[in-house]
Amino acid sequence: MTVTLRQAQCDSDLENEKLKGNKMLLEIKNLHANVEGNEILKGINLKVNAGEVHAIMGPNGSGKSTLASVLAGREEYEVTQGEVLYNGKNLLELSPEDRAREGVFLAFQYPVEIPGVSNTNLLKTAVNEVRKYRGEEELDSMDFLSLLKEKSKLVELDQKFLSRAVNEGFSGGEKKRNEIFQMAVLNPTLAILDETDSGLDIDALRIVANGVNKLKTKDNATIVVTHYQRLLDYIIPDYVHVLYKGKIVKSGGKELAFELEEKGYDWIKEKEAPSNSPKGGEQVAIAQ
Amino acid sequence: MDKQINIKQYFINKFDEFEKSLNGEKTSELHQLRKSAISNFQKLNFPTQKDEEWKYTNISSLQKHNFSSAAVNENVSSEIINKFLFDKLEHSLLVFVNGIYSPELSKITDLPKGVEVGSIAEAIKNNNSVVKNNLGKYAKDENYFFTTLSSAFIKDGAFVYVPDGKVVENPIHIIFYTKSSDNKIINQPRNLFVAGKDSQVSIIEHYISDEENIYLTNAVTEIFADENAVVDHIKLQEESKKAFHIARMDVDQERSSNFSSHLISTGAQISRNDFSTRFNAEGSESMLNGLFMIGEEQLFDAHTMIDHAKPHCSSHEHYKGILQDKSKGVFNGKVMVRQDAQKTNAFQQNNTILLSDDAVMNTKPQLEIFADDVKCSHGATIGKLNDEAKFYLKSRGIGEEAATAMLIHAFASDVISSIKIPALRDYLEEIITRRFNQ
Repeated sequence: MTVTLRQAQCDSDLENEKLKGNKMLLEIKNLHANVEGNEILKGINLKVNAGEVHAIMGPNGSGKSTLASVLAGREEYEVTQGEVLYNGKNLLELSPEDRAREGVFLAFQYPVEIPGVSNTNLLKTAVNEVRKYRGEEELDSMDFLSLLKEKSKLVELDQKFLSRAVNEGFSGGEKKRNEIFQMAVLNPTLAILDETDSGLDIDALRIVANGVNKLKTKDNATIVVTHYQRLLDYIIPDYVHVLYKGKIVKSGGKELAFELEEKGYDWIKEKEAPSNSPKGGEQVAIAQ
Repeated sequence: MDKQINIKQYFINKFDEFEKSLNGEKTSELHQLRKSAISNFQKLNFPTQKDEEWKYTNISSLQKHNFSSAAVNENVSSEIINKFLFDKLEHSLLVFVNGIYSPELSKITDLPKGVEVGSIAEAIKNNNSVVKNNLGKYAKDENYFFTTLSSAFIKDGAFVYVPDGKVVENPIHIIFYTKSSDNKIINQPRNLFVAGKDSQVSIIEHYISDEENIYLTNAVTEIFADENAVVDHIKLQEESKKAFHIARMDVDQERSSNFSSHLISTGAQISRNDFSTRFNAEGSESMLNGLFMIGEEQLFDAHTMIDHAKPHCSSHEHYKGILQDKSKGVFNGKVMVRQDAQKTNAFQQNNTILLSDDAVMNTKPQLEIFADDVKCSHGATIGKLNDEAKFYLKSRGIGEEAATAMLIHAFASDVISSIKIPALRDYLEEIITRRFNQ
């Protein structure tokens, strides 16, 4: 198992090298954020270039989902310090809808059920609002339907899903597949997957990961937020960051994920003494 | 302070005048109904919030105006009426202007033999036996101030009669258009719809105005569904935002009949609806659905009563409200399951969304059960649009307004989707879009 995985990684490393661009997409500087008065993020630094996949790992309560939510613009989170530049723009000043229109996508940890709104209706409205924002013409029904058809194959979603209400009565796996389906249709520049792997059986995990991998280009980037190393067997990250108590305490290549799998998070917690903590945001280059 | 008019005395005085205008009709049987109604009316008092049935609905502002009947038929062009028609719907059209039937604006097409669709004034004049046997029979007036007022002043309204076994394919669209100019008009349409055995008909009662004037509509609709008849009733209330709309609908259902009602209400300063259906025999079904969307300082009130007098009947009632600004909604739904009515199936639900902190909803879903083998449920919710759902939509690039509109469409969708006429569903979706997604 391990051997095949390593082999797969080597192949994908070569692949990644080709895909890598140099354009900086996202720069998070000293980000602090509160929820209901409690400071959850305590100075996050992170740079993401086009063509890269970053994994953010960490124990429960470390602030992973908070980071994802702040980037997507959830109102309950108050940014108290720092800044986030996306494509050179101040991301924090944009409304959630404008962030999406600028190409940021959040795959929700817990996708919301919306009875009465069909998947098709949601996506049609979303696609056209995004196009309008970008000064493009609205898609006509035929083009839109063929887009949906094409993208639904990517995550092996049955056509019947399209007419069903958003996430209503979906199983956990179906919800997560639906998130990746939406991602495929909206074709974001920066995708943030918030614990997309949690609660998935191995088949669903494979489908979801496969979808994400197929969407990868040299112009977009993905941030995979996860608690488990398992997802990273399928979505190979260029960088792994460990988030602990609201800070990135360690960054490294994908081997860091294996280390975490072996040792758990405890060694991070033990090591997490003020002197040892690396300067956040400095990414360790991957040794080939 | 504004001068208050004693509405009761005002109309009692008006009755003499009205009686004189009737000429020869005074001796008719129908006129006895009017006379007994006015004597009942004299015994009743103008409803105030001290009356249990009017606890949350204050209509005292109605007493500031001396409403009088429109003197002559206003000249109305068909272009105005066309604005309120439904796209792609084959229908028969009846138009009433200020409560009076307008043959010029109406268009009745392709009715099966024996079906009568038209003005009730005409039918009364012709001594129509269906009218004689049914008018005033279902909307009992003893305790209803406004029903006695209607009965006392019966003049015109819509009349539909479908004989046994006849199916009217195209819906009958009845428009009540008010053009009051500066006069404070009272319209009192008195409608009677009678569906014979095994018959089928769809009727749309549509109250409209394109002015923002003060007037009063006091409408009474009586419906009889004979054995195995299927009657589909839709009422669309789009009156002037300053108007008063008071309406009563009473339905009597015979064995295995199927009645469905949809009340869609967006207009009027104050609107009050008293709807009741009664199962006279086994095996019948009834649906009372409603959707009210109000804002500013509008008030909407629905009082409904479903009377399960006989066994093996089922009823389904679902009222949904969307309230903006300082508007106020009232829902009082009563389902009565009498001792005889075993195997009753009754569902009742009221859900309201408040889009502003100043909007108020008073809801009272009531079940009274005297039988022991029944399946009944009732409930009510009052809440806001789901913030989580809204954030989800926004995170996909959908703006605030479009997201709100989507969630409102979704909220209204189960009531709208239960309407059988597609053209009407489109019309309603359009209303929601206009209202919430400019």
